Amino acid sequence: MIEMDQITKRYGETVAVDRLSFRVAKGEILGLLGPNGAGKTTIMRILTGYLAADDGKINVSGWHLPEQSLEIRRKIGYLPESNPLYPDMGVVDYLSFITSMRGVTRRDRKRRVDEVIKIAGLEKMAHKNIGELSKGYCQRVGLAQAIVHDPDILVLDEPTVGLDPNQIVEIRHLIQRFGREKTVLLSSHILPEVAATCSRIIILNRGRIVGSGTPEEMSVRARGGHAVTFALNAPSEAVITRLKASRPVKNIECLGETGEGIWRFRVITDDDIDIRETIFRMAVDNQWVLTELYRESLSLEEVLQHLTVEEVVP
Amino acid sequence: MTGALALCRREFNAYFDSPVAYVFIISFLAVTYWFFFRGFFVGNQIQMRGFFFFLPWVFLIFIPAVTMRLWAEEKKMGTVEILLTLPVREYELVLGKFMAGFLFVFVSVFFSFSLPLTLGCLGKLDWGPVVGGYLGTCFLGGAYLSIGLFLSNFTKNQIVAFILTILLSFILFILGEDIVLANLPEFWAPFFSFMGLGRHFNSIQRGIIDSRDIIYYLSVTGFFLFMNVIYVTRRR
Repeated sequence: MIEMDQITKRYGETVAVDRLSFRVAKGEILGLLGPNGAGKTTIMRILTGYLAADDGKINVSGWHLPEQSLEIRRKIGYLPESNPLYPDMGVVDYLSFITSMRGVTRRDRKRRVDEVIKIAGLEKMAHKNIGELSKGYCQRVGLAQAIVHDPDILVLDEPTVGLDPNQIVEIRHLIQRFGREKTVLLSSHILPEVAATCSRIIILNRGRIVGSGTPEEMSVRARGGHAVTFALNAPSEAVITRLKASRPVKNIECLGETGEGIWRFRVITDDDIDIRETIFRMAVDNQWVLTELYRESLSLEEVLQHLTVEEVVP
Repeated sequence: MTGALALCRREFNAYFDSPVAYVFIISFLAVTYWFFFRGFFVGNQIQMRGFFFFLPWVFLIFIPAVTMRLWAEEKKMGTVEILLTLPVREYELVLGKFMAGFLFVFVSVFFSFSLPLTLGCLGKLDWGPVVGGYLGTCFLGGAYLSIGLFLSNFTKNQIVAFILTILLSFILFILGEDIVLANLPEFWAPFFSFMGLGRHFNSIQRGIIDSRDIIYYLSVTGFFLFMNVIYVTRRR
């Protein structure tokens, strides 16, 4: 359905998207996950024809960008990140405007607008001005305008940002309902958000893919990594230096002094390495008193953090 | 053209969704009527010259106020992202916005038609210059609008768009004035005289409808609309 091949986009000196390739199949809900500035919005803007890529090929249902941008734009429904709307317009007027701009025939316009108002739960707000609506309702209007022409592909840039938990659940259900028959590409920097809605996740950082898989695969990957927390009555520099020298650890951080010269640390290790024995021996050799030592699995957030932080360090 | 018409309708209604339209029409009529009645009773003649003489100057301030929001506001609110990802060609977007501005100016000018109607009742009005004047007004308005619409692309700030439009329109308007021509090398004088927006208006408002004037106005309008389409296409 969507094929992006070696897409590059630069803003002056900054490379926003760097030779990025991925595919999205029909009926798939793909989540783009990454920190701010990872290139999620740029990818979506390129796909929707708002920006042109500097390099690479894009194929959407057999159409190519930018040559057949108009045909591709017909197939796509797009909710931009900031959900821009005209505050002076009424909800129905706005949706009718988008429907006619989208080339929906006059006969079908009213029916489509009525349908999306129902789908988005906007019945009570239909005759209000957009400027009078709460953020949650504005987001529904934004979503309604994206699906009003019954598109094959839905592109949603941070669809739940700024919403309260109840609204998030509602919007999530809406997306899932839509994703049963259509292709959805959504972005977020919140992991549970993507994990709950998407059938596949792509993790981006600095315009590149740093990880991808189904939410389940990502969870398995998350369980692979471990964190060990321990506390010692020793100076933090000495502990960090020794531990770094003794075993290849991914990351070690001092969590602070817990009282009376006892410092707490957290070490993150690779898949199968259990560092508890090393810590214990280090404490014995140096005659330090170990007051705490336990191992835990990394959360999905931490996997994301590691995938994206590692890239930053040259 | 469905897209252009839909956008035109939205933009036209947008003027009336806020107090802008009412404030604009009332002030436009107040200013133009004042200029007209200022000389009307002194001259004691049934004619509209006073009205059309000042109209280009009134337009110089009022038309940039109509065009300043057309692109700048979309950019500021971010709605340009929705607009440019809709399946509508760039020329339709530009045309839709232009038509909305033109229609709005047309409606404002239409209200001033009560003047010639009143004059017609008071005495014998020569309708030639009146029709010519209104026709010239439409052409001049179109030219100013296309300039303003084009310049509104370059900024998110409506005030900047407003001032830039006044500036460029003013330069183009005075280009054919005698005071400018007198300071130019003789060789350039006919060229600049032809390029001035104002000079062409003077001949039309006298009731002389010359194809050269009409072609001139259509070319200026077409040129700036074309540049606008290029700009919108290239910004992707």
